[in-house]
Amino acid sequence: MDFKLSPSEEAFRDEVRAFLDENLPEGTNKNDFSFLAEWNRKVRAKRWVGFSWPKEVGGGGGSIIEQVVLKEEMSKRHAPPLGTCFMGLAWVGPSIVQYGTDAQKQRFIPDILDGKYQWCTGYSEPGVGSDLAALQCKGVREGDVYVVNGQKIWTSIAMWSKWMILLVRTDFETASKHDGITCLLVEMATPGIEVRPITNMSGSAMFAEVFFNDVRVPVENRLGAEGQGWQVTVSALASERSSIAEVTAMFRKLEELRELAQRSRRNGVPASKDARVRRQLAVFEAKIEAMRLNGLRYLTRQLKGQPLSSETSVNKLHRAELEVEMGDFALELLGSASQYLRGADDAVDGGRWGTGALNWPEVVIGGGTPNIQKNIIAERILQLPKD
Amino acid sequence: MDFGFSEEQDLLRAEVRRLLDARCPLAQVRVLVESEAGYSAELWAELAELGWLGLTIPEQYGGAGLGWVDFVVLLEETGRSLFPSPLISTTLAAAAIQDAGSEEQKARWLPSLADGSRIGTLALLEASDVLTASGIALLGKPDGDAYVLSGAKSFVADAGAANLFVVAFRTGGGAEDLALAVVDGGAAGVSAKSFRTLDPTKRTGTLTLANTRVPKSALLHGADGDGATGRAWPAIARLLDRGAIATTGEIIGAAEAALALTVQYAKDRIQFGHPIGRYQGVKHPLAEMYVDIESTKSLLYYAAWALDESPGEVPRAASLAKAYASDAFARIGIDGVQLHGAVGYTAEYDIQLYLKRSKWARPTFGDSDFHYERVASLGGL
Repeated sequence: MDFKLSPSEEAFRDEVRAFLDENLPEGTNKNDFSFLAEWNRKVRAKRWVGFSWPKEVGGGGGSIIEQVVLKEEMSKRHAPPLGTCFMGLAWVGPSIVQYGTDAQKQRFIPDILDGKYQWCTGYSEPGVGSDLAALQCKGVREGDVYVVNGQKIWTSIAMWSKWMILLVRTDFETASKHDGITCLLVEMATPGIEVRPITNMSGSAMFAEVFFNDVRVPVENRLGAEGQGWQVTVSALASERSSIAEVTAMFRKLEELRELAQRSRRNGVPASKDARVRRQLAVFEAKIEAMRLNGLRYLTRQLKGQPLSSETSVNKLHRAELEVEMGDFALELLGSASQYLRGADDAVDGGRWGTGALNWPEVVIGGGTPNIQKNIIAERILQLPKD
Repeated sequence: MDFGFSEEQDLLRAEVRRLLDARCPLAQVRVLVESEAGYSAELWAELAELGWLGLTIPEQYGGAGLGWVDFVVLLEETGRSLFPSPLISTTLAAAAIQDAGSEEQKARWLPSLADGSRIGTLALLEASDVLTASGIALLGKPDGDAYVLSGAKSFVADAGAANLFVVAFRTGGGAEDLALAVVDGGAAGVSAKSFRTLDPTKRTGTLTLANTRVPKSALLHGADGDGATGRAWPAIARLLDRGAIATTGEIIGAAEAALALTVQYAKDRIQFGHPIGRYQGVKHPLAEMYVDIESTKSLLYYAAWALDESPGEVPRAASLAKAYASDAFARIGIDGVQLHGAVGYTAEYDIQLYLKRSKWARPTFGDSDFHYERVASLGGL
């Protein structure tokens, strides 16, 4: 065991820190439009957008450890994201790099890196959530196009996206339901697509239903082979698996909770003196630290070239629990004031803790529900029979 | 950056596993625990020969000179087998002498602990069961070149087997006027006895001292402190950390064994036409056990690494590991028995032995309330 970084990795850390000192000084207004424009230009010039992608497609060619260092330092300073095309950078781009034709790479990758427009993801359907491979949205090949009919749902930022990565079923006869799926890249302006936003319980509309009515998608926009859609979406590009960015963010949240406990009162004394409050904060710390260290163990395996199967579900479960419990714990600390929203007389911190405590489903349900993660661990790691 | 075990450590693990599988499977454990001593003197001698009793003792004193990450590898396997022996106690006594003893003291005691001729243990706690400086009330009365001790130390692991005791006592009324001394089991006025505990594989008891003279040459002056007599708290606190880490090492092996037994049962047991492991009501608690074991491993390996390489981080790391492990193992023990159904409650099945170990391990070197409170304090709350 050895937690030290190599000299060149340390040098990279210094480079990132120096960049942050210069470009993100204390007190920067991170919502300022011209600051953000400048930030995006500079991190792009550094090739820190798509940092793990190969250099020949315009990425940074960063090593696994350098990715961890970059994410950790960025997250520690609460820096704006590296790049603005969120889903493009997270999975659309990696899938195109791995499975796309040269023409597709030239057409889409530079725009994703430059953040020219947003991508959305058409996976979930009304009848198909956790059991994604059972999807029914239909694509029928007619000459040079696929004609798509069906519906997607929970499609985040569909209303602001120019393109969608879409999974359709092109074959209803295959023995395995995974084999009949094809991946298409679809321009949202194509005739026959209708987007209807869905308002969530915190009052904002971040996701939508998307309806496809005889939507004609050129065959040249198919990603991978027909029937290969399932593999295409499970990209194998070497991106680091340490959960370091999430962990750093969770530690920052814990810091906020501790600070809140110090200025809240329970039974007339500071909540931070209350034995249960102290214990709960320490329990959160243990889980976050466990996530950090689990991540480093998984990272070590990645570095040694040992395949990771489903171990990362462990950290997903911790994170899901922490998101729910930490959000809720803040409300407990606030007592009656937790009921207030912005503008009420005794609202604390502008009522932000209340809305904060309603946002967990995005993380907890979005990336595969905790029950699905437990199935994955039980079936793939413990080898229990499939349900 | 490498948070994994070395090839040598993997080999050590395999070697320990081979020996315990061959010489001390659970059927043999069940026999041993019924014996007077509660462990096998023959296997003890074998462990000494293999160099495992002195695993963390420097080579110049007859040990193998390895670190605490290596020791954790050994303990995971002894825990998996519920191997009954005073291994942890003896290693902790040796660690006390290594941490706080003079060269002369190390040369005097460590070789006999490494070769198994002496069995050591810590005598820190008293009947008050308080793991802080204020919990140590036994007062040493100065008398020439010695302190005279009269009283009892409680919850002394393997007290009946040991003949070398590292005893914490008070030298004055100040909060941290504490000393640590090596007391020979054969000295005048020393008597010790072990009791069987809730966990049949662990014996714990009482050390009684009646006008026992402890020469000042037996005081461990403290490598952490300034060498002054009566400033032993940092050394004692470090032993508590070491004890918490060692206990957690065995917890991991035992918890993994409990999970393996229960997973196997869930694959074999058919109800409503299917193995019960197919049902999510069974699957999910098993997945939760896995999550807790993985997380305990990460926390513990880091704490053990810190013991050797980054001492300043040890208190928080050790407390996080023991706190998390205590609660997780308690749940694993209960769920393990429950998922077995009625047979889990029988003496015949092994899962109940692990439930009992979880009850034993929870308070040992501090439960989760103690350690989480320590984490909160260390974090400035």
